[in-house]
Amino acid sequence: MNLSVDITNESEKSIVNLSGEIDAYTAPQLKDAVLPLTKTPEHTVEIDLENVNYMDSTGLGVFISALKSTKEHGSKMKLVNIQDRVLRLFKITGLDEIMDINSAIRGGSE
Amino acid sequence: MDDVIKLDAANYKDLLKHYIDTQDEKSLYGVEQVSKSFIKNHILPEEIVNLHIQALAELYPEMSEKFQHSMDFLLEAMISYGLAHQEFQMLREKQYEIKSEISVAASMQNTLLGTTKPEIEGLDIGIVSVPAHQMNGDYHHFVKGKDGSLGIAIADVIGKGIPAALCMSMIKYAMDSYPEDSMEPKSILKNLNRVVERNVDASMFITMLYAQYLPCEHKLHYASAGHEPGFYYDAEKGTFTEIETKGLVLGVSSDAEYEQYELKVNKGDMVILLTDGVTECRDGDRFIESEEILEVIKSYEDLPAQEMVNKVYKHFERLQDFELRDDFTLLILRREV
Repeated sequence: MNLSVDITNESEKSIVNLSGEIDAYTAPQLKDAVLPLTKTPEHTVEIDLENVNYMDSTGLGVFISALKSTKEHGSKMKLVNIQDRVLRLFKITGLDEIMDINSAIRGGSE
Repeated sequence: MDDVIKLDAANYKDLLKHYIDTQDEKSLYGVEQVSKSFIKNHILPEEIVNLHIQALAELYPEMSEKFQHSMDFLLEAMISYGLAHQEFQMLREKQYEIKSEISVAASMQNTLLGTTKPEIEGLDIGIVSVPAHQMNGDYHHFVKGKDGSLGIAIADVIGKGIPAALCMSMIKYAMDSYPEDSMEPKSILKNLNRVVERNVDASMFITMLYAQYLPCEHKLHYASAGHEPGFYYDAEKGTFTEIETKGLVLGVSSDAEYEQYELKVNKGDMVILLTDGVTECRDGDRFIESEEILEVIKSYEDLPAQEMVNKVYKHFERLQDFELRDDFTLLILRREV
């Protein structure tokens, strides 16, 4: 399964639209796309996960390193439209409490 | 080796002559054998063309000059193939070396991280832990405390493969260094979190559930660092409930605190601990729901804990066509008396 990463840059914000699966094979691609965006101070990186139905723990690793990078560089990361199955992973790992996360608006939130 | 070549060269010439005269299938089979022997002896393709040219020259001295030139041309064309073939051989040998080095590392990991399932009266324990690849990113560990308590750690390192496995050793040695009487789950996790946060790459993290069973009080104390929740089986009611925990994965934030929970374990009850390799099993494109895992566990309820975990593993191994996507660890703890 593939992951497509689509980035729209605005002046103070980058919107990253993801679609597909995030696993050990696609995680490096995600990391290469997202990590550089977190290195601009005051910048917001909004990641839309509406079309991501599967993510494994390697994917979490990418978001963790992105979070660490936002802290280091004074930028922000927001995860929006997370599907239930993926959200569960953020909840189990306790990451939902330290990340800015909005669950899915469509496709059945809790 | 030269003898082999000489012998095969003579053989080649005879077979060639025979084939030109008769177009007999037998000589084709013969040349197949000769070429296998050449491959075995690392004879390069251009050498075979050369052999062909010599054989032809001996058999048909009156061969046209133009044809001879064309054969020399072919010889030249084969040389790059020969080089490519040599490179392939070299890579094959290297790959073999790497493979054997990894298997040495894997067996070293087993030795370093080895833990023995303790025998504790009144407690039946079953554990299965199978890596998806050569090295295991899952980890479990038993510690028998001086006070008769049993400490159980079950963990999953994210970041797979060799780096994950190396990281596990660090965790194990950190745990080994704690004095035996201060093994409270929440303080162990708090402590390990600091070790991991300081020493591990930003995208790597560890989930762990640490439980401590007190046989005298029949109580389980536990705390979780973002680990896949386990299940509790109530033997009297015949029902499973998810063991709810809260806590951040190890290695993300240096000041994380962990909550500790307590569970009373009645006779016949079971505590089931696992890693996401179990809950993320797939049947084709379909995800296995946790109810399904619990049903399978329940179907083996009458067996001793070790046989139960073995059977459950076999079940999911078969379901996934014997190809694990992730390391699989399942631990069952049952109070017998």
